[in-house]
Amino acid sequence: MKKLMLLIALLIAGVMTFAQEYATSGYEVGDTARDFLLKNVDGTMVAMADFPDARGFIVIFTCNHCPYSKAYEDRIIALDKKYKFKGYPVLAINPNDSVLVPEDSFSFMQVRAKEKGFTFPYLYDAGQKVYREYGAKRTPHVFLLEKKNVESPAANGRTNKEDVYIVRYIGAIDNNHTDAGKADEKYVEMAVDALISGNNPDPDFTKAIGCTIKDRAFINK
Amino acid sequence: MKTARNFTFRMLMILFAIPVLAGKNPDRIPRMDFDTFESLLHKDNDTLYIVNFWATWCKPCVKELPDFEKIRTEYNGQKVSVLLVSLDFPNKHEELLIPFVDKNNLQSEVIHLIDVDANKWIDKVSSSWSGAIPATLIYKGEFRKFHEGQMSYEELKTIVESEK
Repeated sequence: MKKLMLLIALLIAGVMTFAQEYATSGYEVGDTARDFLLKNVDGTMVAMADFPDARGFIVIFTCNHCPYSKAYEDRIIALDKKYKFKGYPVLAINPNDSVLVPEDSFSFMQVRAKEKGFTFPYLYDAGQKVYREYGAKRTPHVFLLEKKNVESPAANGRTNKEDVYIVRYIGAIDNNHTDAGKADEKYVEMAVDALISGNNPDPDFTKAIGCTIKDRAFINK
Repeated sequence: MKTARNFTFRMLMILFAIPVLAGKNPDRIPRMDFDTFESLLHKDNDTLYIVNFWATWCKPCVKELPDFEKIRTEYNGQKVSVLLVSLDFPNKHEELLIPFVDKNNLQSEVIHLIDVDANKWIDKVSSSWSGAIPATLIYKGEFRKFHEGQMSYEELKTIVESEK
């Protein structure tokens, strides 16, 4: 009996470890991203489902304090202005714990959004669950999603239509954080343009230097 | 009279500025693109190299710098080498990096990696690096260990002790 209990305990521990690993591994290109419901700087709750006309989303994990995020603020606004009306609005998400970085608190997000005149929702990932599920590693970190309306089996034997969000590009905004004018590979623009014209983004994954996401669960690990 | 005083003041300013300027070699923190820097990640000898990527504005980086300095001091004279690779923005070399190194009296070797096209080189440091800093590469010959995020002094010390 004791052995059985031990086995069950080990099994549970194993599953939990697996679940945790799985949760922190994040999305890859081709995966289906989950919708979220997060508080915007205007006080409303925002989900991707609130944008019936969108063809997809430029989801950007970013924040107030990080110099890389600051360097890209104007470019994020430009991306939103350029692509919102083509069906790909920007959704910015601040994933940082404001206890660790007071400058990234919700009230400072409101200040920053107003100062810079953000044209897009600036959402607070208060529980830090969304960034972990997506697998954002730094700020800024872009996940370009394409919306697909697919059929799914319903309980009554019929099929339902539902929107799913497919990850089509993960990475940097462009290849020069210090000077937008000198960026000669505008990864996100290239990727959205590719989707609009029915092609696959190339590259669909890039890396960039950025600030770590501030999360008490991963401090000193 | 006023002009004369202004002139004297200016001359004094210049006189004071000369030794200050002469004492500071602007190139004492070398600026490098990745192609130049890359050989520092592949030195093939019996020294243990600790290569830390950081920036003056990065709080967790700044917090762990004293640990790297401490390791450098503790293993002084042994085959352990610490290299601090600043990823400060290229245009902040004089404004942020040099004053920071001076103020904190950093004794480890510091270089300024000014290659902004990071997607081209991050994987060449380690394919497991997302690009977030701090990040640390420790290597010696065939041994290579990469760590993204802050490192504790104990973690650092354990690796140095077992691999030096």
